[in-house]
Amino acid sequence: MSRRSVFPWTMLGLGYVFLYGPIVSLIVYSFNASRLVTVWAGFSTHWYVELWRNQAIRDAALMSLRIAALAATGSLVLGTAAGVVLSRYRRFPARALFSGAIAVPLVLPEVIMGLSLLLLFVGLEGAFGWPEGRGVLTIVIAHITLGMAYVAVVVQARLHAFDRSVEEAALDLGARPWKVFAVITLPLIAPALAAGWLLAFSLSLDDLIMTSFVSGPASTTLPMVIFSSVRLGVSPQVNALATVLILLVTIAAVIAGRLMARSPQGQAS
Amino acid sequence: MSSKSWGRRAVIAAPYLWLGLFALVPLAIVLKISLAESVLGIPPYGPLIDMSGGTPTWVGTLENYQRLISDSLYARAYLSSILYAAGTTGLCLLLGYPMAYAIARAPKAWRVTLLMMVILPFWTSFLLRVYAWIGLLKGNGFINNALVWLGLVGEPLPLLNNSFSVFVGLVYGYLPFMVLPLYAQLEKLDPGLLEAAADLGSRPWRAFLSVTLPLSLPGIAAGSLLVFIPAVGEFVIPELLGGPDTLMIGKVLWDEFFNNRDWPAASAVAVALLALLALPMALIRRHIAEEPS
Repeated sequence: MSRRSVFPWTMLGLGYVFLYGPIVSLIVYSFNASRLVTVWAGFSTHWYVELWRNQAIRDAALMSLRIAALAATGSLVLGTAAGVVLSRYRRFPARALFSGAIAVPLVLPEVIMGLSLLLLFVGLEGAFGWPEGRGVLTIVIAHITLGMAYVAVVVQARLHAFDRSVEEAALDLGARPWKVFAVITLPLIAPALAAGWLLAFSLSLDDLIMTSFVSGPASTTLPMVIFSSVRLGVSPQVNALATVLILLVTIAAVIAGRLMARSPQGQAS
Repeated sequence: MSSKSWGRRAVIAAPYLWLGLFALVPLAIVLKISLAESVLGIPPYGPLIDMSGGTPTWVGTLENYQRLISDSLYARAYLSSILYAAGTTGLCLLLGYPMAYAIARAPKAWRVTLLMMVILPFWTSFLLRVYAWIGLLKGNGFINNALVWLGLVGEPLPLLNNSFSVFVGLVYGYLPFMVLPLYAQLEKLDPGLLEAAADLGSRPWRAFLSVTLPLSLPGIAAGSLLVFIPAVGEFVIPELLGGPDTLMIGKVLWDEFFNNRDWPAASAVAVALLALLALPMALIRRHIAEEPS
């Protein structure tokens, strides 16, 4: 038994080194005094000060946070509706088309999503005068389209996991469907909703490709700033920024993971 | 009863309309623009139907597609995208399978934590994780410095801006997509089957090949599709880790759009990429529809 297990466990260990090594290196070199990212010249928090003074990065970060909050909230509303439809409504016209459409943002390469949405926005503006130019609105729409698909998957999985009979009992006892949803279904799927919101938020915060296609001159997001600076080469400021983001995202991910792991069965027992 | 049906209709209609307008209609528009002529102007594409003469005349063109065939750049980008994605899928399987196996065989209390540790990097910015590899793989980067210091190599190896670094980035970016479905499949596997095989005198490797591997095929299929599909259309990794000769279809699309400002050509590339992915996407869609968890 033990001889058999050595190989998978070694690979698992190597896999973790592979997954976390680069992230650790980002953090370590963000405290490097030298401008040359990979030559160690002593501990320094110099780059964090520089980062804080960088107006372009601060503006872009605020822009990204605003967009992510809007996109995550929109994704949550539409994604929850889609998840409920997929798991509870078995029969309605063109159901197959619906479940196909929800999978589109999950599997479509982002370059195609970005290009196709841009062409749509340009076409709509030409025909109806809306949306006027491109900016926060078009980015939020693009991010909602991506985020709602992920929220729908999380919500659908959660709805599958718990017993429908509770909802049916309430309906039998004369409760209105909306009341059943608000009093029974919603509390049961609340952890999935929170996890879905966080997931949509982090997807939006990180998105570069779709955003580049549908953004306007006054809507530069954080990934766009990072991308253009990284293209010019490594910079310790980007390392400092990465460290701050990694810290925030890790906290969010741990919260989301806890919420998703809490099973409805576990709460009942 | 009527309030139920109205509420029900609204719940169905909202995501339906949204997805129709922002996921399906845009694809139809891409198809349309791919048939248009590239012009200088805003927007930089011509109409498909000319109404100026009073009677509608078809002025669309297949020129963009003809260029995809005649200019070998596109064919090479197409082919090398497939090779990169297929190679990445194979490498992810080689590394991901033992990882998923180890997690599935770990004590039950550890499994969630071990799995979380695979997923956690996925939450961190993709762009920054790719960026991290530049610092590691550079000529005077961490890995080369370590190799030279250890005396393993005389001078730094060319690790960055070639196909090696593109593969490293792709495997790094998509490994979790392989581990998750494999783990889900291996975790369901009844250990009693392996014990039965051992009791009947089967060696561990033979038991693995004739019991575990066949039973985990659905997980292998799902994981391979989940890695292959995004890898084919990847842009950030070839852009940041690749060299001047790294050709990938996602990068070609990006360059057509942002550098050449040729929207019809970019659309034709998108349609070609969609055609390539149609089969894998149809297959994975069945997985998503059938196994929501």
